[in-house]
Amino acid sequence: MDNDHFEPTIIGFTCNWCSYRASDLAGTARMKYAPNVRLIRLMCSGRLDPTFVLRALSAGADGVMITGCHPGECHYIEQNYKALRRYLLLKRVLSGLGIEPERVKLVWASAAEGARFASETTLFVEEVRKLGPLNWGKDSDQLSVISDQSDNWSLITDNSSEEVPA
Amino acid sequence: MTERIGVYVCHCGTNIAGTVDVVDVANWAAEKLKHQGVVIAREYKFMCSSLGQELIEKDIKELGLTRVVVAACSPHLHEKTFRTAAKNAGLNPYLVELASIREQVSWVHSNKTIGTAKSKAVVSGAVSRVIENAALEEIKVPINPNTLVVGGGIAGIQSALEIANAGFHVYLVEREPSIGGHMSQFDKTFPTLDCSACILTPRMVEAGTHPNITLLTWSEVTNVAGYVGNFHVTIKKKARFVNEELCTGCGICQEKCPKKVIDDVYEAGLGYRKAVYTPFAQAVPNFPVMDKENCTYFIKGTCKACEKFCPTNAIDFTQQDQLINVDVGNIILATGYDLFDARRVSSYGYGRLPNVFTSIEFERLSNAAGPTSGNIVLRDGKTTPKSVGIIHCVGSRDKNFNNYCSVICCMQGLKFAHLVHERTGATVYNFYIDMRTAYKAYDEFYQRVLEEGTLFVRGKVAEVTKAARKESEKGKLIIQVEDTLAGKQRRIPVDMVILSSGLQPRADSKEVGKMFGISCSMDGWFTERHPKLDPVATMTEGVFIVGCAQGPKDIPSSVAQGAAAAARVLDKILQKEVMLEPIKASINKETCSGCRICNGLCPFNAIAYIEDDKISDINPALCQGCGTCVAACPAGAISGTGFSDAQIMAQIDGLLLRNLITA
Repeated sequence: MDNDHFEPTIIGFTCNWCSYRASDLAGTARMKYAPNVRLIRLMCSGRLDPTFVLRALSAGADGVMITGCHPGECHYIEQNYKALRRYLLLKRVLSGLGIEPERVKLVWASAAEGARFASETTLFVEEVRKLGPLNWGKDSDQLSVISDQSDNWSLITDNSSEEVPA
Repeated sequence: MTERIGVYVCHCGTNIAGTVDVVDVANWAAEKLKHQGVVIAREYKFMCSSLGQELIEKDIKELGLTRVVVAACSPHLHEKTFRTAAKNAGLNPYLVELASIREQVSWVHSNKTIGTAKSKAVVSGAVSRVIENAALEEIKVPINPNTLVVGGGIAGIQSALEIANAGFHVYLVEREPSIGGHMSQFDKTFPTLDCSACILTPRMVEAGTHPNITLLTWSEVTNVAGYVGNFHVTIKKKARFVNEELCTGCGICQEKCPKKVIDDVYEAGLGYRKAVYTPFAQAVPNFPVMDKENCTYFIKGTCKACEKFCPTNAIDFTQQDQLINVDVGNIILATGYDLFDARRVSSYGYGRLPNVFTSIEFERLSNAAGPTSGNIVLRDGKTTPKSVGIIHCVGSRDKNFNNYCSVICCMQGLKFAHLVHERTGATVYNFYIDMRTAYKAYDEFYQRVLEEGTLFVRGKVAEVTKAARKESEKGKLIIQVEDTLAGKQRRIPVDMVILSSGLQPRADSKEVGKMFGISCSMDGWFTERHPKLDPVATMTEGVFIVGCAQGPKDIPSSVAQGAAAAARVLDKILQKEVMLEPIKASINKETCSGCRICNGLCPFNAIAYIEDDKISDINPALCQGCGTCVAACPAGAISGTGFSDAQIMAQIDGLLLRNLITA
């Protein structure tokens, strides 16, 4: 499968107070963005255990987006700085494992930045698309919601995704 | 498989159904997630309607559901609705999970095939997660009926009076010797030109004498512990060197004190006070404070003139700072603003060119009780200006300084223009970027000032200089500006320049925010819970923000916020107890190794190390539930309710459809 037709699957971790609300705002404002990201809401980016990222990558995600409040705006005062530290460390661990560290991205987005959330999401999907599938611990790309596989577990059975623009 | 899960997919009219095949999603969930325990999957037009809720309640009762997944809108909108429905049907509300397929799917994607597929993944994630959800109980906390108000400006006074009048006790803490805030320095207030002191001082007196208000001036909060309903606050009451029990406020000490000091605070450097002083005649309380830095006795060891002449022996040179502990249920922060330091805009010459004045200096100049008794004169103290230039947006709407609009400066500039015109007859120029006179009767005031003959030049002033290019400019301040309406450069010579400086957050707002557990925006203003729908509450339960501490605003808005926060506090007091979300971290004593990695991570000081047991422990009352410690514990000994590792791992697997493979 060439990368042009590769639809990455991405897990996004969001902070309950800022980036999750930014995604809500993107919705309320009907901003369109790439559909490849599936979100998990945490109370704070500081809750992000790096093993969540590793789990997501090993369970079939091609990339992981971590989002949190802008520095200085953390709902819990300063916990996003802890997320930042872990993120930087995690990128080194990923390199060590032979995984492109660019598959994990940290994005700051306040509750008011629906547009930023949407554009950063689309941008990251394209970045991961360029990297290609990760294929870690999965024998399949059927996990992709919008890939074209006619496998049992595929969510799309009518093969229509070929026509879907990214 | 022990759980019995119900999945409910909402059409939301066409909001979801337009981009998601909801019937397909429900059927898919019923079939493909059956092995996970899904016993029923339904779709309905409006799940949040009473009929939709009844559908869920009925299924819980009749089918014996133990978990519920509602695929609908964002949990921030209707999580509470569905949790309440579950509760009504006898199911623990925390066993309900929302899958957001509106804000995160149907509204942001336009392809129905993709929308349907992504919805399935989101539902799958929620089903996997809900299995791991634990039944939780909301935490009930009693509310201490006392309230702390920090800051005795008009906003804080308003809050304090509202609460005190309702019959509850308030501790009103003020850093300066008197309450009154910035408003006490003004002469007139826009747009009505009410005398500021005439409307403010009765409120100050009321706050100072109210039986339900404990007034602590010359005092600062130094520590805050606890949580909503039960805050423990430490207040440092600085030594006044005046015994408040004995002092009658007669003022003889001030009269007799030989030491004159330039008053940088109240008189903005234009006037003098004594070393023992009240900042102004109507100060509340009317007890003076001794300025230790400048008092001759404290410097040289002799003098004590005040002590000798005090008729009630109220002067007490031995007084020490006192720490006062109070317990309160709620806190209102009304800490106000700092004026933008006009020196920073060096091209405007403030501090270098004597006849460039700041807005607060002009307030004092124009104030009948001020250093010039209200005579508007140049820095020499006697010459009345014949022409005055008022520059708007000083430090505001400027990428070099503050990006934001300081809200009050346009109206302030217009007020100055009116006062100069009225009292000196001078020619007045206003230099503005945009004229912002929104709100009641403001634009009418602008029209009035226009009709008075004030001249307006639209354009940002480039420079104020004394370098004359021609004879008519000699001895004047020349304002260099691009007139953007006429499309040309102008040089306007004037005698006096007034800088309508912007407002900015208190220099210590970050530290203060941290002490009270609230955050600041990028600019440094305290952050409200919701910019539109919850403007006086903060993300920390029981802590409210009013007035300019939240952002630049005028007096009516500050008063409105002061009253609004008081209503919120009274609401909490009258409920007698609050319910807190049971999202908390806890440490397993058996597996904690006592490494103390978590200890330094908690900004709320909820984690303590217990020396005797050599393990750490979390105080659930202080824990705010962010989960940072949960993620950090190398032993996996910390667990967090509501967002446990098991829940999140399950959701990851569910979203990636791993739950289907293991079936």
